[in-house]
Amino acid sequence: MSATTHELSYADAISEAIREEMARDETVFSIGEDIGGVKDRKNLWDQFRERRVWQTPISESGFTGLAVGAAMTGLRPVAVIMYCDFMTVCMDPIVNQAAKVHLMSGGRFKVPMVIRTPGGAGTREAGQHSQSLESWFVHTPGLKVVMPSSPSDAKGLMKSAIREDGPVVYIQHRLLGGIKGEVPDGDWLVPLGKAEVKRKGEDVTVVATSFAVHKALEAAEELVGEVSVEVVDPRSLVPLDIETILESLSKTGRLLVVQDAPTRGGAGAEIVRQVCEHGFDLLRGPVRVLGGLNTPMPFSAPLEDRCLVNTSQIVEAVREICNSR
Amino acid sequence: MTMEPDHDKLVEMLRRMHRIRFFEQKAKTLYDYEYRLRGDDEETARAKGVIEGALHLAIGHEGTEVGTCAALNDDDYVTSSHRGHGHAIAKGADSKLMMAELMGRETGYSRGCGGSMHIFDPDLGLMGGNGIVGGQIPLAAGGAFSALYRGTKQVAVAFFSDGASNQGTFHETLNMASLWRLPVIFLCENNLYAASTPSTITLSIPDIADRGAGYGIPGVVVDGQDIMAVFECVSAAVSRARAGEGPTLIESKTYRFLPHTAGGSEHNNPGELEEWLKRDPILLFESWLLERGHMTSDDQSGLRQEVEDEIEAAEAFGKASLFPKFENMPTPSGVEL
Repeated sequence: MSATTHELSYADAISEAIREEMARDETVFSIGEDIGGVKDRKNLWDQFRERRVWQTPISESGFTGLAVGAAMTGLRPVAVIMYCDFMTVCMDPIVNQAAKVHLMSGGRFKVPMVIRTPGGAGTREAGQHSQSLESWFVHTPGLKVVMPSSPSDAKGLMKSAIREDGPVVYIQHRLLGGIKGEVPDGDWLVPLGKAEVKRKGEDVTVVATSFAVHKALEAAEELVGEVSVEVVDPRSLVPLDIETILESLSKTGRLLVVQDAPTRGGAGAEIVRQVCEHGFDLLRGPVRVLGGLNTPMPFSAPLEDRCLVNTSQIVEAVREICNSR
Repeated sequence: MTMEPDHDKLVEMLRRMHRIRFFEQKAKTLYDYEYRLRGDDEETARAKGVIEGALHLAIGHEGTEVGTCAALNDDDYVTSSHRGHGHAIAKGADSKLMMAELMGRETGYSRGCGGSMHIFDPDLGLMGGNGIVGGQIPLAAGGAFSALYRGTKQVAVAFFSDGASNQGTFHETLNMASLWRLPVIFLCENNLYAASTPSTITLSIPDIADRGAGYGIPGVVVDGQDIMAVFECVSAAVSRARAGEGPTLIESKTYRFLPHTAGGSEHNNPGELEEWLKRDPILLFESWLLERGHMTSDDQSGLRQEVEDEIEAAEAFGKASLFPKFENMPTPSGVEL
């Protein structure tokens, strides 16, 4: 890591990453809806108004498909889907086109593109603006999936994602946009497939992604003196750094996975599968996945909060896991 | 007015029409459905060079396919549909590598990973056929966008059908292409059927070309059986695109002489077929070449024989090629299978 750092918000860290990659590589451009007038991206728009930022009509399927074609022919698009929920209307270019072209062409075409989208709930926007759909993309061979939890990871992962030779789904969290943190100066890259231990601990491993990392860290703080919690953030779900998770489990033997998304069929379940296959003997008790309830998200605040995983649930789950057997 | 192609190019156009026709006829005879009818088991059939899976033939479309690609340069882009053998061959694809791909062999264009619907070749600007009806339309706009961005004079053609013109991607892409004056040609082969559904019950207006007006794009109807008419029409659209004047929507009225899939049974409408067969694009072009003195009938039968032999050689090449090895499958790096 660079010796010096600068403070950035999570949102600005992403913009800085894209701006730096655009300056470094002529072929990088951004494309999406409403990306010109958004306040925190003003500089980006000004700097690249002529070529580098393409503000589109509301045509997710069209412009994402266009980005796939551009990626096949020498460019590196960053396609911006305004809400993760809107991925439903451009599943074809992502799942059937971007993810498949490399293999279907016998490796003769590559699709170096980033599909960047804010996911997550907690903003009182009801069922169609509150989803965490990462598991769909984890389930789709040919895609890589990253979910940064800090400004430093947000920047480093975006820069790495842009340099990948295949499609990367980059899911930022809408509640993290304003959080601030130190970001290393210079050409800061975080590799895909490298987890980070966000807090060291001895008794239980909590694997958490995106916004859930912050809830897990709060829970760990609450449990100080009672349970020593290690928090591991995979940072990318595909590829998944199972080694770092197993290493943590070889110390703690106890596992809790926390995510924003509903638990059923989720990315957390996939992490548990890999732990069971590769590290069952490390486990000293039952594992759990804590996530959202398996329901469409209701609007009203008390209802929405009840449907989302919270810090006290994590605290309780950790206690249960540590007291079992 | 487009300059008429020189003699060699005209002969090459006819050669490619034959190449498509003979290729597709050969593919049909090698199709596994035919083999199943003969009672071969899977292993025996595969060893004989059987073509498995889906096979969508476009016999009858050759005038549009070749007429369009004759107006393009090698480095121009083409995206294609599930019915795309002709687009690839018209753009210059080698029948050997095509046949090997259909047979699932490692020497095929996509190393046996794509098959009939997914012929890719970056050197020929072939951005692949597409198994998703309408999926290829924005991809072509992406190729055109890329050309504009990189400052080249390349253009892109999206081949699609009356069926795909009813997909949302058609609307979204035409709007963007018009807004950004992308050098793209939307080439709709209206063969009157989407699978077996007649376009009369799926299109709200008779001419798809008229939809161009809704996007400020010129919409042109052309006789798809008349290769020279298609060539003229596409050449004008290409000039327009290269001059930075934006996209054109071309609706080529054509007809598929065979059912939707090679495994399909009866044709939709035998009476209608009979009428269209009278306007077989290859026969029409042969007459045109004869009348103008570009070729004699001896020249033409010689050319047919040459291409027929070539397709026999393509079959032999495919059969002699090895099946791909799993270890060599081109999977993305850094992700375990």
